[in-house]
Order: sequence, then structure tokens, then C-alpha cells
Amino acid sequence: MIYAEILAGGKGTRMGNVNMPKQFLTLNNKPVIIHTIEKFLLNPDFEKIIVVTPREWINYSKDILQKFIGENDRVVVVEGGRDRNESIMNGIYYIESTFGLFDDDYIVTHDSVRPFLSHRIIKDNIEQVQKYKAVDTVIEAIDTIIESEDGEIISNIPKRSIMYQGQTPQSFHINTLLNYYNKLTDEQKEILTDACKICSLYGEKVSLVKGEVFNIKVTTPYDLKVANAILQEGIAHD
Amino acid sequence: MINQVYRLVSPRKFEITYKDRTVNKGNRVVVRPTHLSICAADQRYYTGTRGEEALAQKLPMALIHEGVGEVVYDPKGEFKPGTKVVMVPNSPVETDEIIAENYLRSSRFRSSGFDGFMQDYVFLKRDRFVVLPEDMNLHVAAFTELITIAMHAISRFEEKAHGRRQTFGVWGDGNLGYITALLLKKKFKGCKVIVAGKTQYKLDNFSFVDEVYNINDIPESIGFDHAFECVGGKGSQYAINQIIDHIIPEGSISILGVSEYPVELNTRMILEKGITVIGSSRSGQVDFKNTVDFLADNQDAVDYLERLIGSINEVNTIQDINDAFEKDLTTSWGKTVLEWKI
Repeated sequence: MIYAEILAGGKGTRMGNVNMPKQFLTLNNKPVIIHTIEKFLLNPDFEKIIVVTPREWINYSKDILQKFIGENDRVVVVEGGRDRNESIMNGIYYIESTFGLFDDDYIVTHDSVRPFLSHRIIKDNIEQVQKYKAVDTVIEAIDTIIESEDGEIISNIPKRSIMYQGQTPQSFHINTLLNYYNKLTDEQKEILTDACKICSLYGEKVSLVKGEVFNIKVTTPYDLKVANAILQEGIAHD
Repeated sequence: MINQVYRLVSPRKFEITYKDRTVNKGNRVVVRPTHLSICAADQRYYTGTRGEEALAQKLPMALIHEGVGEVVYDPKGEFKPGTKVVMVPNSPVETDEIIAENYLRSSRFRSSGFDGFMQDYVFLKRDRFVVLPEDMNLHVAAFTELITIAMHAISRFEEKAHGRRQTFGVWGDGNLGYITALLLKKKFKGCKVIVAGKTQYKLDNFSFVDEVYNINDIPESIGFDHAFECVGGKGSQYAINQIIDHIIPEGSISILGVSEYPVELNTRMILEKGITVIGSSRSGQVDFKNTVDFLADNQDAVDYLERLIGSINEVNTIQDINDAFEKDLTTSWGKTVLEWKI
């Protein structure tokens, strides 16, 4: 089975003085997270689309799902964890307790605040994860990446041509990810915030899927402005 | 949902536009395009030969009005995900008991009045697609719309022309001439089809017809009950006048070729011979249904149509779209099919 997991654990601190996590802010009068979920709904390969969200936002999430999408038994809302990986795991525990876990189970995880992803990106994730067990979606680094250990002096400037910027989806063979995650100590869990990194550390080959420059993460008021402007442009030419 | 629409913004330049669409609108079925095909009309936009005024008015616009896809979502659950369908580009907004949907001036047409099929997903009303048989050759099905043009013209001919249908003349050795000649052969059992064209290696492909002639070398004695003009452009003037010269009195001439400019016709002979001229343009839902049924029942016709596949191009990026259009421009025979994987 192939599952989708929409990560909506954020509480929106970067969006400034608003009382709502960023995934619930509206883009063209519709919450960002709904745009994202709809894109996954259009892929019939997904058995379930699991939305993980903070406990206090579960009811709200269900309400807006009902309002914008209506009854749909492919979408479920599950309580998130303290951090990104714990949220991913909560989705996996939901799968385990509801359907059981099998060796041909895969999960495509995606930031709820990246609503611009395309059919091709999702399809490539599904295809690649069945070959490699772990997949990351990336674009070639646009800016030069600067490394600084202390935040004051450059410690390294990596060669740009081999640098990429990570996006999502990130996709995993569920048992493989579960196995590596369970091996981590609590301390490691604190540091290793990226699930692909966990796989990579244990020697798993993580395959790259080509992302898109437009697959932006809407996390700041600036991003929201950009996202709205991009959509308005499409409307202006109708 | 944010839908990626790949629009031509100016000649030879595509850009992505993002449009907000509602997935759960009950009357729309969401289809993922899988196989598309380039039409000469798309090329007129792509190369900028459509005329500056038309370009300024219509662009930016997603091109392509020939294509098939798979149902990915039906809010009513009537069509299962994975169902293969051919998409109907004509979009009527009213009905009329006399005037067919493709002749209503209010109808909109994809990649002419509004966005064509170069999109991440296409949202279609329930009567704007026709389900394809499971085993259909999708590279052929990609240009079903072109086949419906011939199907529609033949349906009109059947309604309007006299009943003697033993010999047909088809002018034009391109894709549409090939399809029209093939459909005539299949639909009117035992009929004789004569094809006239100007390029010998194209005419060589018409192995299923009875006679082929170079337009400069047509014997005086050649005659036929009815004719179909599939030339278009400036050439349609010479083609129609040549047909007028050879057609048996009281015959009909179906005109299918589009010309940017008015053409001069020998009206004296149209009058003297009592010729019926039948205009035919585009097609409607019923023609798609008839075409899909025809293809399902005539595997050998599908095999002949397979020979019209000029090239198959996988499209993963915007550059791939440009490459396919450029390749199409240099292809002298057959249809350019796009495997839509972007």
C-alpha cells in the first residue's frame, strides 16, 4: 500500500502576529493545507491520506476538510508529535494500528505548506521509493551555500554544483524508516530532524527526485504574498 | 488545489501559470492528461503565424486540443480512477435543436478560445469526455480529435448529399486526407476512393485506396460522385477548383481544410453542375462517441492509423515541450504525440 502523510504539525511562529498556524492561512480564500491535500486526493495510488496536526487543531482541521472537500474516507486527521519525525511516526503508528504494517507499505510525506507541488513530483516519488526505499525531493542550489560553524566567520564554501536544496515530498519504505528510527537514542532523535538524514546515516541510499523552484514553502508573510500573487496572475489571464 | 497550466505566452515561449481549482465540484471529473498530440492550429500559435491581433487577444493560453487521459477523481464516484478517456475540446454553453454544438457561435474551443490540455489536471464536465476501450492504443487515441473531424464531415455528408455513393475523391495527402480516405473506405463498403495530392512519398502511404494521383497529373476522364477537400491554406483554392472540374454533376464537396485567407472558387461551374458545397468544422461530443465506437469495432483501421504516428515524445520539462513542437515543424508525415509526464 502507498500512503500519503501531510505534515501540519507547525504552530506558525514564523508567520508573525497571527493566531493561526501557517498551514491554515488562506491562499485565494482557501486554507493552504486544503490546497495541498487536494493535490494528493488526485492521485488514486494513495490508499489513505493522513494529515498530522497538533492536538488542539484536530477539530479545526476536520471542520475545514468537511467545508472544502466534504465527506471523503481517504483523508484522516491524526495527532502530531513534538517534532517532525515524531509526527511522521504518529502517522505510521496510525497505519500500523488501523491496517497493519506490511513489507510493501510506503509513505510519501509532504509539508502541508507546500501547495504548489505537481503531479510529476508525486509520481516520481512513488516510483523511486519502490526502487530505493528512501527518496528526497530537491532542486539544484540556486544561491551559493555558505557554511559557518559560529555564525560569524565562513568555515567552508561547498562547491555549488553538487549542492541541492531539500524540498518535500520525502518518501520511505515504512519498515526501513521505522527500523532506523527505533535504533536512535533520545539524544539523536533531538538532533536528527530530517528523516532522509536518518536513512542516510544508516547507509541507506536515498534517491533524489527533481523538485521545482515553484514548489515553495509558505512559511513567512512574504511567502504568502508571493503565493497569492502567483495565483492572481493565473486568474488575470482567464 | 493549485493546478499547473503550461501556457504559451508568446511565440515559442511557454510558462507555467497556477490556477486554483476546486476538486469537489460535483459536475466536473478530474482527468490527468497522458497522451497529447500537436495540431497545425497549435503550430500557428507556437510559431506566431496566427496573426498579431489574434496572438495579442488569445495568449497566454495553454495549447493542444487533441488528447487522452485518465480519470483521477470523480466527486460523484461514477467514473473509476484509472478510466481512460478521450477529452472533447469543444465546450458549448447552450443547445440548439438545429445547430450542432460545434457551430454555435457561443461555444468555446480549447487551445483557441481558452486553455487547452497542457495542464497538470483537466477539469471536465461529464459530457466532455468519452470512455475509451481498455485495450485502446493510446498513441493513436491521442489524435482521436483529428479522426472526429473526418467522422463529423462524413456524418454531415451522409445527411446532406444525394444517395449515390460509389466513388469518392479526396484531395490532400496529409494526415486528414489519410484519415478521411480510410473512414470512407470503411464506412461505404465497396466504394472506390481516389486520392489526389502533390507529394509522391505521402501518396505512397495510401495503400488502402483504389487510385492515387499527383495533382499535376490527373487524367481528364477521372470523375467521382462526391469529394472531400482536406488541403487547407492557399492550396485549398486549387484543390476545390480541381474537384469542381472533375466531380460528376449534383455531387457534393465537403470542405475541411482551414484557410487564413478567403479563396476564389469557380462558382459558374458550381452552378452549372448543381454542386452542393458542405462546410465542416471541428466536431462535437457525438462525433467523439461515434469515433470511439468505430475504432473499437475496426481494429484494422486502428492499425492503419498507427502508421500516422510520426514521433512519440516524452515530456518531462518545458524544454521538452519546445523540443516536441520544433520537431513537429520539421516532420513531414504523421502526428507528433506527446507522452505527458510533466
